[in-house]
Amino acid sequence: MNPGDQLRFNWQVFRGQWTRTLMLVVAVAIGVAAVILLTSLGEGARRYISAEFASLGNRLLIVFPGRNETTGGAPPVYGVAPRDLTLEDARALARVPAVRDMAPIIAGTTVVSRQRLSREVLTIGTTPGFFSVRRIDVGRGRILPEASHQEALAVCILGAHLKKELFGSERAVGEWVRVGERRVRVVGVLRDEGESLGMDMNDMVIIPVRTAEQLFDSPKLFRVLLELQEGADTETVTERLRAVVRERHEGEDDVTIVSQDSLLAAFDNILTTVTLAISAIAAISLLVAGILIMNISLISVSQRRREIGLLKAVGASRRQVRQLFLGEAFLLVALGSVLGIAVAVAGVVLMRELWPAFPLMPPWWAAPAAVITAVLSGLVFSWLPASRAARLDPVLALRGNIP
Amino acid sequence: MIELAAVNKTYRMGGQPLHALRDINLNIGAGEYLSVMGPSGSGKSTLLNMIGLLDRPDSGSYRLNGTATEALAEEKRAAMRRDNIGFIFQSFQLVNRLTAFENVELPMVLAGQKRGVRRQAVNEVLDILGIADRRHHRPGQMSGGQLQRVAIARAIVMKPRVLLADEPTGNLDQASGEEVIKALEDLNREGITLLVVTHDLALGRRARRRIRMVDGAISGDDRNESGRSTAL
Ligand SMILES: Nc1ncnc2c1ncn2[C@@H]1O[C@H](COP(=O)(O)OP(=O)(O)OP(=O)(O)O)[C@@H](O)[C@H]1O
Ligand SMILES: [Mg+2]
Repeated sequence: MNPGDQLRFNWQVFRGQWTRTLMLVVAVAIGVAAVILLTSLGEGARRYISAEFASLGNRLLIVFPGRNETTGGAPPVYGVAPRDLTLEDARALARVPAVRDMAPIIAGTTVVSRQRLSREVLTIGTTPGFFSVRRIDVGRGRILPEASHQEALAVCILGAHLKKELFGSERAVGEWVRVGERRVRVVGVLRDEGESLGMDMNDMVIIPVRTAEQLFDSPKLFRVLLELQEGADTETVTERLRAVVRERHEGEDDVTIVSQDSLLAAFDNILTTVTLAISAIAAISLLVAGILIMNISLISVSQRRREIGLLKAVGASRRQVRQLFLGEAFLLVALGSVLGIAVAVAGVVLMRELWPAFPLMPPWWAAPAAVITAVLSGLVFSWLPASRAARLDPVLALRGNIP
Repeated sequence: MIELAAVNKTYRMGGQPLHALRDINLNIGAGEYLSVMGPSGSGKSTLLNMIGLLDRPDSGSYRLNGTATEALAEEKRAAMRRDNIGFIFQSFQLVNRLTAFENVELPMVLAGQKRGVRRQAVNEVLDILGIADRRHHRPGQMSGGQLQRVAIARAIVMKPRVLLADEPTGNLDQASGEEVIKALEDLNREGITLLVVTHDLALGRRARRRIRMVDGAISGDDRNESGRSTAL
C-alpha cells in the first residue's frame, strides 16, 4: 500500500468520525502546547534571572556573616558563637586593593510615618557605595552623603512607591518623616525601578548605616556587597578577604563569600532543573492523550470488526492492518502536534505582548521534545489496539460475532 | 487447481468439539462452476473460507495452483488470497464511508498498485457489471442488487482465478438475485472458476457441478452438463 493511499484511507476514517477525531487531536494539541508553554516559562525565568544578574555588573562579591557548612572548611567549634560582621570589618575588607566599591547592609523592617500616615517597610542601612554597587539611583534629591560611614545622620531616601503613599504628589525632598523613633529628613526619592532580584526597591527606605546601627541597636551587618575592579581574579580576592577576616576575628574566617558568577551558576542550575521538571509534568498530559487514543482505538477496532475482516478477505496482511491503525494514531498525533505548536506560538506571542519585561522563550528543544513524546506516546498506546485488529480472525470478524 | 485432501476442521465451543469439516476430498479444475448446498450448519461457509485461505485446516492438505498452503506464513497467504481469490458475501460487506469506486478499488490499493492502473481496471469492471453510473455513490444510496454488483466488481478487479460466493443472492429479491447470478455466470463463461454456496434449489441446479454437504462431510458430488440433478 502506498503512503499516499494509506493517508487518504486514514483521512476518510477521520472524516466519518470527526468529533472523535477532533477530540483526540485537541487532546494531543493540549499536551504539546503545555510542554512548549511551560518550558518557555522556565526558560524565560532563567533568562530573566541572568539578565538581572548581568545588570548588576559581573564583578560582585557578597559576604555573609557565619560559615555556610555546605561550602566546606572546618566545622564550627562547638560553643563558640560566630562573630558578628561589623561596619569596621566591612571597611577593612574595602581596603583590599582589588575592591573598587563596598556597601555594608543592615536590614530590618521599621514603621515609617508622616503625620497620620504610616507604613511598615524594609529598611536598609548602608553607605553611598550601595547605589553604585546595586546600580540604582535617585529620581529626585541626592543619594546618601559620604559621611554615612561615620555619623548617624538623620537623613533618608524613600522608595518611589513609599514616597507616593506618604506624600502623594507633594514634594518630599527636604521634608521630615519618622523612621522608627527617629525623625529624619528626606534627602532623595529612588527612581521608580520596580523589582530587582526579588527586592522591591519601591517599597523601602534607605538610611545611613550608622543610623541603622542605632535604630536596630546592633552593629551586626546583614551582609556586605563588594564590587571588584575590572580584571580582578575572584579566587585570589576571596582568599585576601578571608585573610583580612581571620586577622580581625582571632584566626577564624567565619564568613561566607559568594561570587555573583557562582550565584548565577547556581540559579541557572536550579532553573534548568525546574524547567526540565515542569516539562516532564507537562509531558504527562501527552501520556494521558496516548491513553485516550488507546481507549478510543480499542472501541474503534471492535466497531470496525467487519471492515477489518473484509480487508483481510480482499488480501490485507496482518502487517497491513496493523499499519493502517498505527497510521491513524500517527496522523492524529501529527495533526495534534501542528495544532499544539500553533497554540503555543500564539500563547508565547500573546504573553510577550502582555508582559514585555519577561523574556518568554521556548528553548530550542521544547517543540521537538514535545512532538517526539507525543508520537511515541501515540504509537506505543495504539500498538495494542492495532495488534488486536491485526490478529482478528477474518472469519469471525465477517460474521460480526464477538468472541 | 484446487486440491483438498482429507481436510478436517474442528471447532471447540464450550467443551463440545464440533466437526465442521470431516475428511473433505475435493478437486476443482480451472473454469468449473460449482454449487454447494446443504442444511444450515453443515459446513458450507467453512469449506468456502478454507478454499479462500481465510481459515486453516486442522489436518489434511490444501494445494492451490500446485502450492501447498498449510505451511505458508500468514503474510504469504494474504498475498495469495489477494491475487487468486475473489470473495462475495451474502451481506455485501462494503465499507460504508467509501464510494462504490473506492470500495472496488480497495484490493488494488492494498496491493500497492498505481493510481492510473487502478482507475482503468475499476472503471472496466464497473462497466462490465453495469454500475458505472453509480461509481460515486456510497453504499447507503444503492439498492441491494447494485450493492452486490459492487461487491462482485471488487471481487474480480484483481482478476482472480477463483470466485467464492457465499449465498450471494440471500439478501436479494428474485429479480436482483437473477441479475447477480447472470453476472457471475458471465464471468464463469469468461474462464473464472466459480463456487456458489446457496440454499436456493433452482439456483444450485444451474451449476454444472453440484456438491452436497451434510454434517461437515461431502455427501454428494455430481456433474452434468445439462444442469439437472441425479442425486437429489
Ligand atoms: N469460529 C467458530 N467457532 C465455533 N463454531 C463454529 C465456528 N465457525 C463455524 N462454526 C460451526 O461450524 C458449523 C459449520 O458452520 P458453517 O458456517 O460452515 O455452516 P453453513 O453450512 O455455512 O451454515 P449456514 O447455511 O447457516 O450458513 C456450524 O455448526 C457452526 O456453528
Ligand atoms: Mg454459511
